[in-house]
Amino acid sequence: MKLLPKFLTSAALAVGLAMPAFAQDPFKVGFIYVGTPGDYGWTYEHDQARLAVEATYGDAVETVYLESVPEGADAERSITQMILGGADMIFTTSFGYGEATNAVAARFPDVYFEHATGYMREHANVSTYNARFYEGRAVLGHIAGQMTESNIIGYIGSYPIPEVIQGINSAFLHARAVNPDVEFRVVWAYTWFDPAIEADAAQALIDAGADVIMQHTDSTAPQTVAQEAGIISFGQASDMIQFAPRPRVASIIDNWAPYYIRRVGEAMNGTWTQSDIWEGMPEGMVVIGELTEAIPAEVRASAQEMIDALKAGTYHPFTGPINKQDGSPWLAAGEVADDGTLLGMNFYVEGITGDIPN
Amino acid sequence: MIVDPVTLMVALITVATPVLLAAIGELVVEKAGVLNLGVEGMMIMGAVCGFVVAHHSGSAAVGFAAGMAGGAALAMLFAVLTQLLMANQVASGLALTLFGLGLAALIGVGYGGRDLPAVYRPFPEVWHDIAVIGPIVFSHSALVYVALLLVVAVWLVLTRTRIGLVLRAVGENHDAAHALGYKVVRIRIAAILFGGACAGLGGAFLSVVRVQNWLEGMTAGAGWIALALVVFAAWKPWRVLLGAWLFGGIAALQLRLQAAEVGVPVALLDASPYLITIIVLVIISSDRSRAALNAPAMLGRIFHTSG
Amino acid sequence: MIALEKRPQPARGWVIGAPLLAVVLTMIAGGIMFAALGKDPVGAIRIIFWDPLFSEQFSGYSRPQLLVKAGPLILIAIGLSLGFRAGIWNIGAEGQYIVGALCGAAFGLAFWPSTHPLIFPGMVLAGLLGGVLWAMIPALLRVYARTNEILVSLLLVYVAEAMLASAATGWLRNPEGAGFPGSRNLARHAGTDNPELIAGTGMHWGVLAAFVAVIMAYVIMTRHVLGYQIRLAGQAPRAARFGGVNAGRLVILCMGVSGALAGMAGLFEVAGPAGRISIDFNVGYGFTAIIVAFLGRLNPIGILLAGLLLALTFIGGELAQLMLGIPAPAIQAFQGMLLFFLLALDVLANYRVKLKRRVAA
Repeated sequence: MKLLPKFLTSAALAVGLAMPAFAQDPFKVGFIYVGTPGDYGWTYEHDQARLAVEATYGDAVETVYLESVPEGADAERSITQMILGGADMIFTTSFGYGEATNAVAARFPDVYFEHATGYMREHANVSTYNARFYEGRAVLGHIAGQMTESNIIGYIGSYPIPEVIQGINSAFLHARAVNPDVEFRVVWAYTWFDPAIEADAAQALIDAGADVIMQHTDSTAPQTVAQEAGIISFGQASDMIQFAPRPRVASIIDNWAPYYIRRVGEAMNGTWTQSDIWEGMPEGMVVIGELTEAIPAEVRASAQEMIDALKAGTYHPFTGPINKQDGSPWLAAGEVADDGTLLGMNFYVEGITGDIPN
Repeated sequence: MIVDPVTLMVALITVATPVLLAAIGELVVEKAGVLNLGVEGMMIMGAVCGFVVAHHSGSAAVGFAAGMAGGAALAMLFAVLTQLLMANQVASGLALTLFGLGLAALIGVGYGGRDLPAVYRPFPEVWHDIAVIGPIVFSHSALVYVALLLVVAVWLVLTRTRIGLVLRAVGENHDAAHALGYKVVRIRIAAILFGGACAGLGGAFLSVVRVQNWLEGMTAGAGWIALALVVFAAWKPWRVLLGAWLFGGIAALQLRLQAAEVGVPVALLDASPYLITIIVLVIISSDRSRAALNAPAMLGRIFHTSG
Repeated sequence: MIALEKRPQPARGWVIGAPLLAVVLTMIAGGIMFAALGKDPVGAIRIIFWDPLFSEQFSGYSRPQLLVKAGPLILIAIGLSLGFRAGIWNIGAEGQYIVGALCGAAFGLAFWPSTHPLIFPGMVLAGLLGGVLWAMIPALLRVYARTNEILVSLLLVYVAEAMLASAATGWLRNPEGAGFPGSRNLARHAGTDNPELIAGTGMHWGVLAAFVAVIMAYVIMTRHVLGYQIRLAGQAPRAARFGGVNAGRLVILCMGVSGALAGMAGLFEVAGPAGRISIDFNVGYGFTAIIVAFLGRLNPIGILLAGLLLALTFIGGELAQLMLGIPAPAIQAFQGMLLFFLLALDVLANYRVKLKRRVAA
């Protein structure tokens, strides 16, 4: 992350040249958060990106945010009030804001809307963006599969939705690829954020024999439990670097800053067009945090190779042959999963023993 | 065996501790005839104060003291409202939760991810390895034992001492207690402060021991479970302990059953701690020989005397 | 020293004056807090209390939103107030709200994509019955197994939340939603929608139902024998029993009514403002309504005003976050202060403050 300030200054210079020199009203960008920036996970990273937008454009932009906005009726009101308050562009940073975003977009055709992790774009002024978290999960699975001694990897899921299932499948495939004996145990917490339950879930997995914990929930609680048990874990959403070098041996970071800076810039200079992007490691939207010394050198090297391949776009984590859990073929040898199937993923791949709820 | 009973026991004791601390405090409050629904707010205040002070002082014990002070400070607000200004207890308690959640978040800004002193475990490391009883009995952090001692102490004080007698008298009939010359309001304020301190300690356990981090909203409803436990326990200390272990045990068990991949719907497992608690309570309370519901007669009622 | 003397009747002037004084005191205390946070206190107070109602920039939108936000709070609180008066503690309205929404939505989705005019009334009925059903569990357990209704109704909230999550990710999931969680949108489909009845007012069927409930509750409490029984059961349970009040019947009736109204509130919300079943559909209306009920002194008119006041602080508080960058927790603390002052100053209506000399014993 040390590179970030340097990158930001250069971006600021580049954009600064493109900006009109005379003073005018700042371009107002609003953010709707589902949690609080103090969660040190999902919302924290969106807020970091907001701050990066401010740092990049200086006085030319003004940002506002509303935190802990419930999805549904309240979101629609929050977005509308934000626009009445002068916002020119709105980022809604959770899947559940999709309907509200589009409903408001219909009433304010001059405002730019960016909706995270959704699929609804009913009006020309709504774009959606999402990150290919499963790319990062592949690297974590690769590391986990080689570092486990019990051959049991524990995975804390939030809700059984496609994004989470993609992650489980991707991590599992890459753990299996390097360790044919590895097994996954999945526990569903049925919450995105409840430190006590997340801690209990981690403990339950450890007691079931897991010596690696992966999580798709937002708090740092599982890290603490992993630390006490002397096993390893991975930072989720944010770097969680305070738990390095152990238990946190690597992390999957949501890095929204480049996208937010780019889109705000485009909106300001009038080149913004509707888009639906699903970016991953090549674009830097998904970043793997520092691989610590706790990882054996040769594993670190092979993980780095995988990171490089993913970044270069030469490797897709879902490349056949892959069978579904029931043994039926999904992808033929060399075939790559299409985005539609991934986005609606509701099945496990072959080798995972549990069932997806419902 | 699908689930290892030893680790399950260890887990349920840990899971139960914060709720147990808060519930035993609330029990004393309710025994004095006061219903404070603000447990969640006092817990989160304890969590933030405990964390901040433990971080700065480098001592978990000082942090726990601060957690208790934080919970008690918020409880004082409730005491002033309900005992001196005769405000409605149910609404004041709910308002306390709202206020506590907000205030705690304001205090905790910037503290997430700060480092903490190590957790103190009173028994020597080698004892932890004794078969079965080692992990179950000796492996816990100090506060777990404090919570258990507190249950015993509350039980002794309530049933064996004069203080307990007076407290129960105030909760059963405040007019009679007043007529006998007891200071009803002062006794209730003391009970409310004790309840706040216990809730705060439960919150501090979460932030300093269990999660070892400050996260906004981290109590996530534990205060409500504590309130439910007091009712579940029919205002008996040892049954609070039983209830906390039952609830914590099922919560820990359902996660283990998921990990063991048993074929029970996860949604059902997720709801099981609540469902089973209800079922157990129904069985207990429909037993005809225990006809009385045991609720302190004056619970939630306003005491006032125009002396 | 200062002593309080109970008034035989609440003082008329203070019944109105105390809440006004409470708001003024909240403005002062809140202003100090905002100033301590480095924010403009006068501006913050103006934005919270004035702008949603009267500012040119916001009021056109905020005023109708006030009704949207207050509607479910009032509807639920009215139902709860009947039970609270009788000493029946349903604190699980949040669960009844969820189950009402689930049942109502399931009914509408069962006939999808029909737009038959009877579908929406059927959904309302299903929502109502869902709420009643969920409330009947604690009610019947209290009557027949003497199980405490506080505990059962509260724990059933968590069970309802588990059902909601499984519905949103499973049995009510939108089959055309590409695997994403959440049901079809009911609000955007003629036949299942709960529309704005008069454009630009925020008035939907649920808000209308809330107003009707206020009037009905007022009539019942002041004119009907049931109101008398409820008051008697709450104030003197023994007298009520000797007076021929059937305690069990009263529990079932009060729990049933509060469950019905909470269930309807859930249905109106899911078919209107929220639009669909999602994992986080419930946002705490059932719990906030308890505060509204007591803030309104369990009186229908008081509940109406309390619901609107709380809605105002939600919406105004949001504007203050937006316009002045006041953090959300500060707004939460501010709301807490407002409640404290409102509750504390009730003392002025019910008691006379007297200075008296300490008499030697």
